[in-house]
Amino acid sequence: MNQGRSSNSSNPALEVVDLNIVVGGRRILTDASFTLNHTTLTGLIGANGAGKTTLLKTILGLIPHESGTIRSQNFGEHGRPSIGYVPQKINLDPDVPIRTFDLVELGINGRGLRRSITKKERFKRVEEALQSVGMSHLADRRVGLLSGGEQQRAMIAHALVGRPDLLLLDEPLANLDVRAENEVVQLLTSLKATTGLAILLSAHDLNPILEVVDQVIYLAESKLASGPTEEVVTTSSLSALYGHHVEVIRVNGRVVVVPGRDSSSHHDYDQQHPNRNLTRSQP
Amino acid sequence: MIISTLLHDIVAAGFLTNPAVRTAIVVGALSATVSSVVGLFTVVRGQSFAGHALSDIGAAGGSGAALANISPLLGFVAMNLIGALTLEAFQPKRVRGRDLVTGVVLGAILGIAALLLYLDTTLTTSTGTTVSVLFGSLFTLPSNSLPLAIGIGSVSIFTIAWIYRPLLLSSVSPELAQVQGVRVRWISLVFLLALAAAVSLSALLTGAILSTALLIGPPTIATRRTHSIRSALVLSIAIGIGVTLAGILLSYDSVAWTSQGVGWPVSFCIVALLTLVFFLVPRRTHTVGEHLTKDEPRSAPTPPSSSALVSK
Amino acid sequence: MFAPYAIATWEAATIIAIISGLVGFFVVLRQSTFVAHALPTGAFAGAGAAALVGVSSLIGLGVFSLLSAFLMTALRRRSTKDTATALAMVFLLGLGALFLSQSGAYASSVYGLLFGQLLGVSRSEIPIIAAVAVIIVVVTLAIYRPLLRSSILPELTGAQAISEPVLETVFLILVAAVTAVALPIVGALLVFSLLTAPPAAARALTSRPHLATVLSSVIALGIVWISIALGFTTNLPVGFFVGSFGALVFVASRFIGPTRLRPARLLARHTRLDRTPT
Repeated sequence: MNQGRSSNSSNPALEVVDLNIVVGGRRILTDASFTLNHTTLTGLIGANGAGKTTLLKTILGLIPHESGTIRSQNFGEHGRPSIGYVPQKINLDPDVPIRTFDLVELGINGRGLRRSITKKERFKRVEEALQSVGMSHLADRRVGLLSGGEQQRAMIAHALVGRPDLLLLDEPLANLDVRAENEVVQLLTSLKATTGLAILLSAHDLNPILEVVDQVIYLAESKLASGPTEEVVTTSSLSALYGHHVEVIRVNGRVVVVPGRDSSSHHDYDQQHPNRNLTRSQP
Repeated sequence: MIISTLLHDIVAAGFLTNPAVRTAIVVGALSATVSSVVGLFTVVRGQSFAGHALSDIGAAGGSGAALANISPLLGFVAMNLIGALTLEAFQPKRVRGRDLVTGVVLGAILGIAALLLYLDTTLTTSTGTTVSVLFGSLFTLPSNSLPLAIGIGSVSIFTIAWIYRPLLLSSVSPELAQVQGVRVRWISLVFLLALAAAVSLSALLTGAILSTALLIGPPTIATRRTHSIRSALVLSIAIGIGVTLAGILLSYDSVAWTSQGVGWPVSFCIVALLTLVFFLVPRRTHTVGEHLTKDEPRSAPTPPSSSALVSK
Repeated sequence: MFAPYAIATWEAATIIAIISGLVGFFVVLRQSTFVAHALPTGAFAGAGAAALVGVSSLIGLGVFSLLSAFLMTALRRRSTKDTATALAMVFLLGLGALFLSQSGAYASSVYGLLFGQLLGVSRSEIPIIAAVAVIIVVVTLAIYRPLLRSSILPELTGAQAISEPVLETVFLILVAAVTAVALPIVGALLVFSLLTAPPAAARALTSRPHLATVLSSVIALGIVWISIALGFTTNLPVGFFVGSFGALVFVASRFIGPTRLRPARLLARHTRLDRTPT
C-alpha cells in the first residue's frame, strides 16, 4: 500500500510553521510549529475544548487559518493533500443499508462524479484496506450494526483506501472499552510499521497511548509544544506552556499532570487549569 | 384452465383495454420508480418530513395552476422547486432544529395554499379543486400529460445517478464527505431539487398529500431487508411498482364489488397495500453471507456466532 | 365579528390557543414537528368516518387522533420515528380518501376540515372542548417535570420514575387531544403551525422553561385572535392567517431573540439567568 510514498519518505509528511488559528473571535492556536515524519505515531494531547479538533480540521483545509503555512508533500488525485481522516463521532445509523465494503469503497474518490480508476483496481484497493485493519471477514456486514471498535476500524480502512501520506484520527479511543482501545492502538502501531504512514491521533488522555507514541504535541492555552514524550511532558515544559506551575508526576507507568503544589503565588489556576478536578483532594 | 379463470376473476373485464387504466399504469409505474429511488435517499438522510412537506407545498402550486389555467404538473413542479430552495436557504447547519424550520416554511406555504384554493373555489366555478389537488386520482389523468411526466421523472432519476457517490457519502457522514472535497451544501440542494421533481410526479398519482406514501413506504421496507444500497434500490423499486399496479387493479375491481358502484380510490388502495406489506415483512437483523455481485471480491465466510452484532 | 353566532368561535379559539401553546412547547423541545403535522392530518379522516356513521365530527376527530397516536407508537417498534410518523399519516389519509369517495356530503366540507373554518364549532360543543382542555392542562402540568427532563436529556431516561415509552405515549395522546379540538377551526393542515411556531418563537426569546411555556401560549393567543378577527373581516380562510402569522412570529423572534445577540452579551445573559434562584 505504500507505493509512491517511499520515494520521498525522507521528507516530512507534514510541516506546520507559525500557524495561527482564530475561530469566531476565539484564539485557538498561536505561532504553532511542528513536523510530522513518515513512520511516526504522534499523539495530539490537550484537555477537552483545547482545540484539537480545530487543529485537525485546519490541517485538512476545512477551517481557514489566520496565518502561517501548512505544507504537505504529496497531493492526491484532485490536488488536495492526501490525508486520511477519521472523525471523532461516528454515528452510523443502523437503518442505513450500507456494508463495510461500500463504506470503504467510498473512500476512493467519494466526491467522484466520474471514476478515475478501474473497477478491478478499486476492489483490489478496498480489499487491501480491509485486510490491513483486519476487517475482511466483516466486509458484507451492515456497518451500522457493527460494534464501536469495528466501526472505528472500518473508518480507518475508509481513510486508508485513498492511500494517504498522513492519517489523522480525532479521539479514536473515546467511547471504546479497554479491550477495543488496546486493539485500535495496536492496529495503529502495526499500520505505521507496515505502511510508513505518518499518524496523528488526538486524545484528551496521554496514558492509553503513552507506550506507543514516538512524539507528542501538547496543546494548552492556545499554545503548543511538540517533541519526544519525555521531553515535552515534563514539569518545566508544561509549566511554560500553561503559563503557571504544573507538575508532571509518573505513577506506575502512568503520567498525571496536576497544578503544582508549591505555586502559592498563582491563585487563579484553579479556574483555568483543565485538570482542576485533580486538585480537589488537596487541602 | 383454473389459472385463466382465476386471472379472469382478478382482472376485471376491460382492465387492460381501458385507456384511462393504460395511462394510469404507465404513469403509476413511472412515478413509483422515481419515488422509490429518490425516497431511498430521503429515508437514509432522515428527510422524511422534508419529503412530505414538499408534497404539501406542491399543493399550493397545484391550486395556483388551476387559477392560472396551466398544467397542474407544471404548477406542482414550479412551487416545489421554490419550496426546495426556501427549505435549503433556511436550513440550519445542525441536524437539531431542521424539522422545525421545515415546519415553519411548510406552515407558511400551506397558508398560501389555503388562500389559493379558496380563490379557486370562489373565483372559478370548479368546486372540486381542493379534492382533485389534494387527493388527485390516476384515473382522471389526461393522457397528454404523459410526455411531461416522463421528462420530469427522467430528470429526477438522472440527477440522482449523477450525484450518486457524493450523495451517498454525505448521507453516511457529512464530515467524511467534506474531507474528500464534497460540497455538502450543494449536494444537499441538488438532492432537494430532485426530490421536489419526484414528489411533483407522485402527487399526480395519489394526490399531493398521499405522495408521501410512495416516497417513504417502499424504501423503508427495502432498507429493513437489505444490507447494500444497490439491493435496497432494486427491492424498493420492485415494491413501489408492485404496490402501485396492485393498487390500480384493486381500485378498478372494487367498482364491481361495492354496492353503489363507487369503488375505492386508487390512493387508498395503494396506501392500504403498502401498510399491509410493511407489517408482513419482518425486519432482517443481520446477514449471513449477503450475495455479492460476481466481480466483487468474495470474502471469508462470516463466523456464525460473533459478538460483532452486539450493538453498542 | 362579535355577533352571537360568533361567540362560540372566540371561546373555542381562546381555549385552543392556550392548550396548543402549552403542549406545543414540548412538541418543539422533543423535536416532534413532523408528529405535530402528521397527527392532525391523519385525524382528518375521522370527520369523514363520523359523517358516514352519522355521529358528531368532534367524536370522529377524537377517535382518529387517538388512532393516529397509537398507530405511530405501533409503527415505531418496527421503524424509525420519522418513517413511522409518515406511514401512520399516509395510511389514515388513505382512509380519509376512501371516506371521501363514499360520502358525498363529506366532500363539500373537505376544504373547511383541511384549512379551517370560522364557524367550525357550535355553542353546544364548547363545554366538551373546555373539559378536554382542562384535562390536557392538568395532565401536562402533572408530568411537566419528567417530560421536560426527558425532552432535554433523553439519555437520562433510565433514571426516572416514568419510563420514556410511557412519557412519549402520553405526549402523543396530549397532541392528539389538542388536535381534536383545534382541527375544526384551524384546519387539519395548519394545527401544527399553531403547535410549533409560537413555542419556537418563545424558546428563542427566553431561556427559562416556565416563562417560555407561558409566553408560547400568549403568542398563540395573539396569532389566533388576530387570525379570527381578520377571518371575519376579510372572509379569507383562517388557516391562511394562522400559517402566515406563525411564520412571521418565528422569523421575528430570530431577529430579536438572544440567539441573534453577540456571544459576550449572550454569555452575560446566561450567567445572569444562572444566578437567579430557582
